[in-house]
Amino acid sequence: MSKEPILRVIDVTKAFGGILALNRVRFDLYEGDILGIIGPNGSGKTTVVNCITGFIKMSAGKIVFRGKDISGKPPHKIADMGLTRTFQIMRPYYSLPAYKNLVIPLFSPRAKRTGGWRGGGKLGDRDTVGIDILEEIGFERDSYVPYKLASTLPTGYLKRLELARCLALKPDVIICDEIFSGLSMSEIASMVPLIERLQMEGITLIMIEHRLRELFRVANRVMVLDFGEKLIEGTPEEVMASEKVKEAYFGSEEVEEVMSHA
Amino acid sequence: MNMEQRRKERLDRGIKVRTDGIYAVMSMRELAYLIVPRFVLIAGMLVLPFAMPGMYWQRVISIVCIYAILALCFDFLAHFVGLVSLGGAFFIGVGGYITAILNTSFGMPPLLGVPIAAVAGGLICTFLLLPCLPLRGVYFAIVTLMYPLAMGRVIEALDIFGGTDGIMGLESFPNRWVEQYLVIVTVLVFLFGLRRLVNQDMGLVFRAVKDNDQAVKASGMSITFYKAIAVFIASAMGCFGGACLVHIYMWSGISLFALDFSILPIAATVIGGAGTLVGPVLGCFILVPISELLRAFGTLRIVFYSLILVGFVVFKSEGIMVYGQRKYHQFERWVKV
Repeated sequence: MSKEPILRVIDVTKAFGGILALNRVRFDLYEGDILGIIGPNGSGKTTVVNCITGFIKMSAGKIVFRGKDISGKPPHKIADMGLTRTFQIMRPYYSLPAYKNLVIPLFSPRAKRTGGWRGGGKLGDRDTVGIDILEEIGFERDSYVPYKLASTLPTGYLKRLELARCLALKPDVIICDEIFSGLSMSEIASMVPLIERLQMEGITLIMIEHRLRELFRVANRVMVLDFGEKLIEGTPEEVMASEKVKEAYFGSEEVEEVMSHA
Repeated sequence: MNMEQRRKERLDRGIKVRTDGIYAVMSMRELAYLIVPRFVLIAGMLVLPFAMPGMYWQRVISIVCIYAILALCFDFLAHFVGLVSLGGAFFIGVGGYITAILNTSFGMPPLLGVPIAAVAGGLICTFLLLPCLPLRGVYFAIVTLMYPLAMGRVIEALDIFGGTDGIMGLESFPNRWVEQYLVIVTVLVFLFGLRRLVNQDMGLVFRAVKDNDQAVKASGMSITFYKAIAVFIASAMGCFGGACLVHIYMWSGISLFALDFSILPIAATVIGGAGTLVGPVLGCFILVPISELLRAFGTLRIVFYSLILVGFVVFKSEGIMVYGQRKYHQFERWVKV
């Protein structure tokens, strides 16, 4: 590929005490792609995300976003540049109604720049924009769900709320940390088209997933991490065919199932 | 019907006024439902100076109001921003000393000096607390408790600002009515102002910082910046109270950094109902006069005072206002299971 990658992760290393959680992980992300990151539990998937988005300081390495070095920047600066993330353990504002949850990202400097009248759309009303975004992401507008306290919402809605928080910032890149985990099959089935639509709208995605079947449906490229090291990166077909991956996932029924389908 | 076959059913009042953010008032009855509690509070506060039996109790009202301002600061910081601050005495002291210096050295009249002390004190307190803002919960509480203790010692040791004698001979307010109504109106303005603020978009950011600061960071906002703004708002209010206090006493000294100013507002918040803003004000109106009445018991005063506090914590730990608001906004009835 000739064009410049939107995000370059160069030899990122993270050590927690003596344990090497990430060892010289390196990958490029191109605009419009969906990159899947998979790997067994404890292989460092979430640590990569935390390093990229500045939530933990990496021990060594460099991260370049849109040609700018963002390594060591605080998380809010990175999010302000358009590199957003969701959390594996959902982090909504439990004491606020769902639509008021979106007022916070809409109040951020980035949304004030990108989202029309200081983040409030044409009317300058962040509540309305919040409800619009929620509708886009699958909250029924005319139901009472968007008005319910986040603490009373089920997991499926909270995962969507995580994604909505990113969308409110009009991001270039969203990193989804296990957005399918904890959801029922039907909930996942309704999330997949959502992800596909985000890609069509020109948003670049990184998806950390354990649900391989759904991931392989949407992802262009897949990277496999094991014990903090990159095993392989390639198209879903290449990854599925790889012997190394089978070894890392040895015994995992789902992989064998997915691979037998391939 | 015995107890096992009954349960208490709670229903929200079906009045449009309670719809969040939309005030669709349908009738005089609903209008009254909305206005009466607020009117009772405002009118009650405004007639208080007339209802007091003498100079002494009028002075008590002024002191109550200053504690009420501190309790508002504490409730705002602790329950809407997530910073448990024990720095009430620090705010009082900084505000008090600034207006005392302005008054004695530059001859600034109290009505001008107090607002200046509030803004300048707010800036100074925010600047000094800036290094502690990344701390959370009990750690922030401990550090803020250290500030008033340290300031008192610094003034004592360096013998600045009058040292242990303090600054004497301050101008008082023009008359006691100005004094009374300045603090009473200030409490009302701060109370309704804060209630308005915490429901604005910026207030929602404060509440979000309390709920989940990581998610606020992920939304592209600096939590330190918003915490600093909140601390400025609270400390400016506290400094305003402190500045009023020194003009009431006509004296400023290191006892302004006494821990009473940090601890009593917390007790008032516990009694009044945390997170309601009006509750802590009410708590001060209960606690401070009780403390005055108990002076008759001499040293046993603190024992009775503690017993009252323990009673509230054990039997009504949610606080008076939380309980009251629930009763007001909901119907309760016993229904057969």
